[in-house]
Amino acid sequence: MSQTAATPEGAPVASAAHTDAPPAILLDRVNKWFGALHVLRDVSLAVAPGERVVVCGPSGSGKSTMIRCINRLEKHQEGRIVVDGIELTDDLRALDAIRREVGMVFQSFNLFPHLTVLENCTLAPIWVRRMPRKEAEELAMELLTRVKIPEQALKYPGQLSGGQQQRVAIARALCMRPKIMLFDEPTSALDPEMIKEVLDVMVELAETGMTMMVVTHEMGFARQVADRVVFMDRGEIVEVGTPDEIFNDPKTDRLRLFLSQILREH
Amino acid sequence: MAPADTTARVRLDTAVARVPGEASAPRSPPATAVGPLAWLRGNLFSSWLSTAVTLLLAYLIVRWTIGFVEWAFVNAIWEVPHNQTQACREIKGVGACWAVVTEKHRFILFGTYPFEEHWRPALVVLLFVGLYVVSALRRFWRKELVMIWAGVLTLIGILMWGGNTAPGLLRQPYEQVLALVLLAGAGFAYRHGRIGVALPSALIVYALLAWAGPVLDMPYVSQERWGGLPITLILATFGLAFAFPLAILVALGRRSELPAIRMLCVLYVELIRGVPLISLLFMASVMFPLFLPEGMNIDKLLRAQIAIILFAGAYLAEVVRGGLQALPRGQYEAADALGLTYWQKTGLIVLPQALRLVIPPLVNTFIGFFKDTSLVLIIGIFDLLTAGKTAIIEPAWQGFGVEVYIFVGLIYFMFCYAMSKYSQNLEAELNRHRRR
Repeated sequence: MSQTAATPEGAPVASAAHTDAPPAILLDRVNKWFGALHVLRDVSLAVAPGERVVVCGPSGSGKSTMIRCINRLEKHQEGRIVVDGIELTDDLRALDAIRREVGMVFQSFNLFPHLTVLENCTLAPIWVRRMPRKEAEELAMELLTRVKIPEQALKYPGQLSGGQQQRVAIARALCMRPKIMLFDEPTSALDPEMIKEVLDVMVELAETGMTMMVVTHEMGFARQVADRVVFMDRGEIVEVGTPDEIFNDPKTDRLRLFLSQILREH
Repeated sequence: MAPADTTARVRLDTAVARVPGEASAPRSPPATAVGPLAWLRGNLFSSWLSTAVTLLLAYLIVRWTIGFVEWAFVNAIWEVPHNQTQACREIKGVGACWAVVTEKHRFILFGTYPFEEHWRPALVVLLFVGLYVVSALRRFWRKELVMIWAGVLTLIGILMWGGNTAPGLLRQPYEQVLALVLLAGAGFAYRHGRIGVALPSALIVYALLAWAGPVLDMPYVSQERWGGLPITLILATFGLAFAFPLAILVALGRRSELPAIRMLCVLYVELIRGVPLISLLFMASVMFPLFLPEGMNIDKLLRAQIAIILFAGAYLAEVVRGGLQALPRGQYEAADALGLTYWQKTGLIVLPQALRLVIPPLVNTFIGFFKDTSLVLIIGIFDLLTAGKTAIIEPAWQGFGVEVYIFVGLIYFMFCYAMSKYSQNLEAELNRHRRR
């Protein structure tokens, strides 16, 4: 519980109650500005190893920016971010080490269109992990089987549907054998009939005990797999709690308003 | 309103006539919509006006073609006795005098290179063409290609200079051969990691060549006497081969996070682009030697070559930068998130995609610079076009410029058209992933 103690009084921080292990991800009073715009305000959060955290909130609330800070696609300007025991600084070696351990799945897939599905998956293991090509290909096929598209291995991303592309993106991230997986609105760019196939893969991944941080509006997914749900609004973490607490017993007006809007949509 | 109602009812009826739930079978298109006749009707005779225009243009094309064939082939003179151009002058305007090309083709192709040594520049041209063919085949796109280039270009230098008083760093042909062999040996050893095999074999090849060298005995030909097609190919090949990598580095530099590098690249591109190539060539040939210490002299061709490389580099850099900018941010982020280093990201993700995108403008610039090499004529370098121009200075052949320029133009066209055709194939092949 030392991490909880390290965070400031009054900040809505809840470390996972069921473990004493050092957190996989620790954000400590993180602040970030885009120009004059204050997009992250004293964000503090600790994610335990194996924990699944769903981040939700209205658009522009800073949830994507927060998880993009964790593997430094965005730079934070104040506060501390510690991932897997390594603090994120300007030190490039620390950054490389963190990026090897953290996989990321993007809203727009971001597969490499000039490489086949298999090459997309083997690229990083071969070049970053220095894995022999054959071994990397076996690993990739194993993970493509896990996301249920081994038969598409030799196609190019442009030949696949959105749902298939997103599953390839998940397999590609998993090929680095990451300890932590970040998902930035993984189903937001998908047609409705493809959302389920991607969520199914994510649920299966959650069952393997992977540490996951997921920005999503899929409340069904949050109820099913999340240990905790984080509600963000205007760059702040407003409420943190179990899915049950967040969805059935919102404490703030902002969350109540957000939930009413979401429920009207769905 | 009545007619509209009728059509609506008719449509409604056909819709009702179909059995619900049963898919309609696909039909082939009506006969009037396919085949060459339909194409003719659609594209050439679709209306009164287009029929009239078609007929008028057809008449003009046929007349012009007949006129050209008569001039170029039927009435043409292909050969005359040595410098006896009387016959040619008589048919001027009616028939072509290809005799000027027959008589002067060696001079146009090889300039003032010693006549009895013409096999050397001829072989050089063949080597260049072979080099282009090998480089064009994707099968050879491996590390060895760099070695092949180094080897062939060295060989071209040996052939053009010959002799044993060649200027420059590698003075003796033996030295040049040794450099070549060492390169090949080093490449072999690098490839197989077996220096024990590579070194002795390199020594044996060297011994053989050292023995064969004096047998071949090519007289030295100074650079001032080189001319014609080899000069054009040398300027274009070296120019683009060095300008392209330079351009990639500059384009990357312009997007660097380090302000000093970015400024330097912007400065280079803007300075070079803002000046005509001709003035750069003048600077290279007239001003540059003034800054050199007494007695030191850098080959004029080399100076022009460097000017061309710098100039082409600036233009190509902007083309490459266009490709870099067209790449979505997500591609950079995905590469970063996977932990690729800057150079891995650049070499594996960014450049392969960016360069594919800019193949058309890239080849456009290549073709432009292939022809721009002819500007070296203003500093007295004897390229293909200059040689053609000089060939008709002689009084006997004055006035036959059209034939010579058609001949020279055809040579330029063959190279440029090959480049253009090849780029189309390459584009189709490399962008396969974009097909569905």
